Amino acid sequence: MLSTIINLSYLVGALAFVIGLRRLSSPDTARRGNILAAIGMSIAIIATLFYPFSGAPNNYAWIIGGAIIGGIIGFVAAKRVQMTAMPQMVSIFNGLGGACAVALAIVELLHYYNGTADLSGGQFAVVLLTLFIGAVAFTGSILAYLKLDGKVWDSQVTLPGHTYVNIFLLLVTVGMCVYLFMQGPALGFGWAIALTVIALIYGFSFVAPIGGADMPVVISLLNSFTGLSAAAAGLIYGNQIMLVGGILVGASGTILTVLMCQAMNRSLFNVIIGGFGGGAKSSKGQDGDQVAKEVTVSDAGIQLFYSKSVIVVPGYGLAVAQAQKVCKEMDDLLEANGVDVKYAIHPVAGRMPGHMNVLLAEADVPYPKLIDLDDANAALPDTDIVIIVGANDVVNPAAIDDPGSPIYGMPVLEVWKAKNTIVLKRSMSPGYAGIQNPLFFNDNNRMLFGDAKDSLQKLVKAIKEN
Amino acid sequence: MENILHFLDEQLIMIYLLLFTIILGFEIIAKVPTILHTPLMSGANAISGVVIIGAIILIRQAAPDDYVTLSIGTLGVILGMINVVGGFAVTDRMMEMFKKKK
Repeated sequence: MLSTIINLSYLVGALAFVIGLRRLSSPDTARRGNILAAIGMSIAIIATLFYPFSGAPNNYAWIIGGAIIGGIIGFVAAKRVQMTAMPQMVSIFNGLGGACAVALAIVELLHYYNGTADLSGGQFAVVLLTLFIGAVAFTGSILAYLKLDGKVWDSQVTLPGHTYVNIFLLLVTVGMCVYLFMQGPALGFGWAIALTVIALIYGFSFVAPIGGADMPVVISLLNSFTGLSAAAAGLIYGNQIMLVGGILVGASGTILTVLMCQAMNRSLFNVIIGGFGGGAKSSKGQDGDQVAKEVTVSDAGIQLFYSKSVIVVPGYGLAVAQAQKVCKEMDDLLEANGVDVKYAIHPVAGRMPGHMNVLLAEADVPYPKLIDLDDANAALPDTDIVIIVGANDVVNPAAIDDPGSPIYGMPVLEVWKAKNTIVLKRSMSPGYAGIQNPLFFNDNNRMLFGDAKDSLQKLVKAIKEN
Repeated sequence: MENILHFLDEQLIMIYLLLFTIILGFEIIAKVPTILHTPLMSGANAISGVVIIGAIILIRQAAPDDYVTLSIGTLGVILGMINVVGGFAVTDRMMEMFKKKK
């Protein structure tokens, strides 16, 4: 009787996951979708607490204690995190999920080698799979976090010929899995530890050569790995909701990863090899003594004040400087003067797709003001001034006209077609992808150096003075 | 080999579930506006915390004096719970912002 109710609860929980994810994919229903998925998870957890295992000691104190500690940490972290640091947070959460799967696999292996539990061949293979995928998701996510947070730079963790190092590590890890599988329980637990260590190293190394600008894709990919490890763990325990939840995430994460790659016009393979960054050289530019022209704040203010249409191109610089609210202030000021202000959102602006939308929404920028790549490119030639706030690679003309550039072929915002462009930037240093931007040297482009928030505040002041 | 075949045979229902869920997962996500990619990823990430169920099962079945299992299992519950609670809370915060603008 009880077990039937529990199984039905699992069914309800699984349905909640499916419908929740479905709703998450549409703006109007997204919030409810998330809550629905959370309810599904609560049902699944409560059902598992009451599942009638015959003669199980239960050890509820351990479970409740752990759940309270984890719940508080997760909740506080989620509430405290700055909106700009959201991608990093998601990455850490994801890594911890992977670590959980690793913990489960290690316990199973411990019992297996101690002889206190027997695993069938199939189960043993699934445990090894859980360990492998979970470990890669764990250390990979942690490195992705470190890179996004600017704590680690690509060059610090990439070895020469890193692709070969990775292939080697992958072969060793898979080889060890196969060896452990073939040898069975005779090998001893030390081997399981060795496999864990190597899989953890591989996860780290897997992410190492991937450029910081590609971290969103990687997080999405690692997210689907975590899902798969959860699903594999579900097979160990014969638990349907773990399987359904895990596979849902695995499949949808894969699709999301592919969508993100498409937005950058690159293949997943290309991203994983680490196409950006190291050693890529443009076939032209850079060698001449080109000088980018600067603009004073008051000039820029006057220009903006007397323009008819302005398009703002936000990038990661906006997020770092927390400049979204000042940006909105400038927007309001200009709108009050009859200037049409829009925001052109490149699909991969910021560190995650949709990152800019979230930030601007936080600053109460109305939804219809945000226009996507195609609409923006249609509107740009008729735009008086484009303000580029801390974006770089997504407005690089080299993507269109320089086949030697590493980002050649990536769809970009064709801001150079607008009448004037103003780039708000800290310095002339290349963007996150490490590529020089010829836009800065265009005749109709002006640079306004400084922190994005600071510059925007000065601009607001300058506009007010008119 | 026979081992694995036997395992597959035993788990046939699970394998059905696996295959159908894969297709379902692909279909659900197929058309999502770019702006929702981040919240969607975050929400999906929270769902992947379902691995916590495994940790709960592990602890419930462990012998009360098997402190190694209990400790690692509890660690699993903590990690999984951070993923679940943090994941859903962060997603909700993102959503809250989308909602306000209307």
